[in-house]
Amino acid sequence: MRYLTYARAIQEAHAQLLETDSRVFLIGQGLWSPWYAGTSLQDIDREFGRHRVLDSPVSENATTGAAIGAAIVGMRPIVFHPRMDFMLLAIDPIVNQAANWSYLFGGQVGVPVVIRSVINRGGEQGAQHSQALQAMFTHVPGLKVVMPATPYDAKGLLVAAVYDGNPVMYIDDRWLYRETGEVPEELYSVPIGKAVVRREGKDVTVVAISWMAREALSAAGLLQTEGIDAEVIDLRSLKPLDEAMIIESVKKTGKLVIADGGWKTCGIAAEIAALASTHAFEYLKAPILRVTLPDCPAPMSSALEDCYYPKAADVVMAVRQVIGAAVVR
Amino acid sequence: MMNDRVELPTDIIKSLYLTMLRIRVFEERVGELVEAGEIKTPCHLYIGQEAVAAGVCAVLDREDYVWGGHRSHGHYLAKGGDLLAMMAEIYGKATGCSKGRGGSMHLVAPDCGMFGTVPLVAATIPLAVGAGLASKLRGDRRVSVSFFGDGATEEGHFHESMNLAAHYKLPVIFVCENNFYASHMSLAERRAEDNITKSGDAHGIPGVVIDGNDVAAVYESARQAVACARQGEGPTLLECRTYRWRGHVGPSWDMDVGIKRKDELKDWLPKDPVKRVREYLLGMGLSPLTFGEMERKVRGEVEAALEFARDSPYPDSSDLLAHLFVSENGAT
Repeated sequence: MRYLTYARAIQEAHAQLLETDSRVFLIGQGLWSPWYAGTSLQDIDREFGRHRVLDSPVSENATTGAAIGAAIVGMRPIVFHPRMDFMLLAIDPIVNQAANWSYLFGGQVGVPVVIRSVINRGGEQGAQHSQALQAMFTHVPGLKVVMPATPYDAKGLLVAAVYDGNPVMYIDDRWLYRETGEVPEELYSVPIGKAVVRREGKDVTVVAISWMAREALSAAGLLQTEGIDAEVIDLRSLKPLDEAMIIESVKKTGKLVIADGGWKTCGIAAEIAALASTHAFEYLKAPILRVTLPDCPAPMSSALEDCYYPKAADVVMAVRQVIGAAVVR
Repeated sequence: MMNDRVELPTDIIKSLYLTMLRIRVFEERVGELVEAGEIKTPCHLYIGQEAVAAGVCAVLDREDYVWGGHRSHGHYLAKGGDLLAMMAEIYGKATGCSKGRGGSMHLVAPDCGMFGTVPLVAATIPLAVGAGLASKLRGDRRVSVSFFGDGATEEGHFHESMNLAAHYKLPVIFVCENNFYASHMSLAERRAEDNITKSGDAHGIPGVVIDGNDVAAVYESARQAVACARQGEGPTLLECRTYRWRGHVGPSWDMDVGIKRKDELKDWLPKDPVKRVREYLLGMGLSPLTFGEMERKVRGEVEAALEFARDSPYPDSSDLLAHLFVSENGAT
């Protein structure tokens, strides 16, 4: 088996999709510059031509709308937003148009577009270069949302997103770009809507997303030394949600911690907590805890950043609290 | 009177007239049914603007793309959309063009290049640009027409999209139907200047100001713009100056909006684009009998559509969540 970084896995998925399917093209800002995309798009423009890899004017709205229009008439575009914050300028085409289109027209016209955005935070970038807005898009019917945490999933989910036939928000994380993992050389898909158990355990379920899946695994290692056996589920897809896997795990452990790098209020963690309380209430032995960002914009000063972003230690503390609060049923 | 600079063969004018008449009769009937309370979905009537849709769509091929907005009954009919399916859609029926999910403001006719109209102002402008981009990437020579109103030119979508289309030299025709109203606000209440085509200049897109009530002028300008687009010469902006006879939504005459609506109507009603073509054709010797036949034909179509709509079933409540996504092979 071959090892690749997360960024290289994304790059390879793009290259193989462009190579094998003439309907695929890329549009967005920063496609020709390593400054924006890191190695996740390295040399793609040179290899496939700038007519299919369109580094665009500073027009998030028009480029996203154009990708959606092209998708509606049969292309398979991937739009690139190097920072998720800036993607908000394209909220009309994403939320009003792409998400609604299939339903509005009775399923006669699909929108096979992938809207890729990057969470790019830390480094004293401050509030408008740091946001993780996955919950906003997961809220909207008609969008699918994926957030790969490993190189394997980064490649496989991009391929699945392009072939899904519906608008898929593909959200990757700059903090993961140097993570390495096994990645097959061939083109393959990771099914959208399927979570994965990264670590089996019997004492507590930790459902984690993207970067926080990595942190949750570190936390599970630490907790093991305290005699706590945590099960870690990497969600991979926020919508559709793998409800069955979460419910099954919570029924087994009776305890649930959710770790998400987005804000707390109305976030993914709240949705999963509601899911567990609805479908596994009689199995729960402790309150469900959330490890998320506080409800506050990203700070600039590194002194504040250090306490703003949740880490493995926060997951450890939450798990200890849940274990401590557990009642016997 | 027709534009004396543009001469079209009589059979083309006749066919344009039939399209315009079909739109007029359809819209007037819909207006009556809204007034009677039988139609409930918000209907934005196209009465007074028929020459624009008819003139532009007549120069397009069936597979060319057309995008519209909230006031798109006319675009749908002119591009060849099925009249029965639109009426059924307005009635919220399962047989509607959008299967009862869309209504008057969300029309679709994929088999004739119409992949969706939506009421978010200016929203389909970037989509039209995207269809033009697809056409260029595939080299299939289709053109993409974006219909929008004067209000849409105040949205960022419009300006971003024009730059994108000009920069990539895409086969897109921007058709601004300047009917001098955005909802209840007249043009003078919203703009420092009456200068929509100057926005084209700023992006290197040729802008043409057209009498939008003159179907021959619209036809000819659109023909030239389409020819440029097909030859890879990039987009054109057509400003068709026309007038919205009825309210922003519904059949009322909307006398309480704008600054001098009453005076404007007095000026514009005599410029009725349908009457203008009829008078021209009469002058060319077409017999009044032929007009009678055309009118009977169109009224018959509209009444048949109405009957179809009334008789059609509503969507089944068990299908509430259907069509949220398409499956990989296109089914839902």
